[in-house]
Amino acid sequence: MSKYLLNKFLYTVDRDPDLVERYRTDPVGTVEWWEAEMAGKVLNSIDAEKTTWLKFTEAERTALQAHDNVTLFEMGAHPFLTLTLFIALFERDHGPLEYQKAYAQAVSHVTMPYPDIAT
Amino acid sequence: MAELVAVIASTHHPFYYRASTATGEDRPPFADEWVSKIESFRATLTAARPDVLVMVGSDHFHQLWLDNMPQFLVGKAPFYDANWYNEEREFGLPKMTLAGQEDLSAHILRQGLDAGFDLAFSNELCIDHSVTCPIITLRPEADLPIVPIYTNIFAPPLPQPKRFIQLGETIRQVIDSWPENLRVAVIGTGHLSLELGGPRQFGEHGPDPEFDRRAVDWIAKGDFDGCLSQVSLDSLHLPGNATHGFMDFMLMMGVAGENVKADYVDTLDLFHTMEAYFTWYPNGSPQLGPTAGTTKTAVPR
Repeated sequence: MSKYLLNKFLYTVDRDPDLVERYRTDPVGTVEWWEAEMAGKVLNSIDAEKTTWLKFTEAERTALQAHDNVTLFEMGAHPFLTLTLFIALFERDHGPLEYQKAYAQAVSHVTMPYPDIAT
Repeated sequence: MAELVAVIASTHHPFYYRASTATGEDRPPFADEWVSKIESFRATLTAARPDVLVMVGSDHFHQLWLDNMPQFLVGKAPFYDANWYNEEREFGLPKMTLAGQEDLSAHILRQGLDAGFDLAFSNELCIDHSVTCPIITLRPEADLPIVPIYTNIFAPPLPQPKRFIQLGETIRQVIDSWPENLRVAVIGTGHLSLELGGPRQFGEHGPDPEFDRRAVDWIAKGDFDGCLSQVSLDSLHLPGNATHGFMDFMLMMGVAGENVKADYVDTLDLFHTMEAYFTWYPNGSPQLGPTAGTTKTAVPR
């Protein structure tokens, strides 16, 4: 399992307005493209510099492609990254704080200690 | 020599800017009370007449990332741009550019390294809402040069809580030894109990009001022993999964000094999290003169 790579996906998409919209409208295609083209990108470098070994597990890829924030929380993806990106994706479809409260309810079955977020 | 004229610890709430500027139906019912409390808090900084602001905060995965994560980092640049696209998107925060005080940055780095803190540095730092929220609340003119200091309260493994207090004590000593004849205020922001992305987020109050009550008491009294005996990296998960931001309050307790009571304490119970505001005047209240010592200037409750 690669919590780091899950976080890298959430981080790189959340900071790019075009990728936020692309992930909202085409999660399957965006995750597939991102894993092929972006997962190995060394962020502070030219495209030719590549990390060779980073890839999602099947479960991680499926969770991202399903916009499944609950599973991401259970996997130990960084909750700030998941929350921030998913607010960007879905808050617009809801009333004030409605999405945030529903999000809390959706993960209410998780008891402490929460999944470890250390990477 | 430099004079430390105010030590300020605060929560940083990214929704304040939008709430305080909203009008009509968009203005939340708690906005007026919040603005009133912020304006009173702001007056405690204004009265200290600072020339320079040392700003302690924590990057929220904006510039600092898991491929290269510093624990404590000091900005050293002539300017700092501020607020990122995703903060503009979620919180409505404006773009800002703040001047830097590079001489003080260099002094903190050199003296901090020599005092046992292996500080990282950045010569091109785009700061985030952990630094700009207190600029917006406490110095909205944004007219003073700053030294940003970032701590890692966000991406484990984190430094131990006692290191935050020790770094605060070191920052105090380093500022006291700065040879420039300038008035320095240190402003640091963190959180009380806070949950982000978990079951207890966005509730009617902060996730753990009892922790908040104890935390406010530790800070207001400068109670290092009480705080350190009840706070650990493990225990901070219990009040809420983002409560490690409380360690930035511990850093500010270190700047203010052990058992030094805050001259100004205020809180505001909001949805999602409690706000808390503290000011210390190391050389006495500016209103009451340099011999006022520990006399309280205002303690609204």
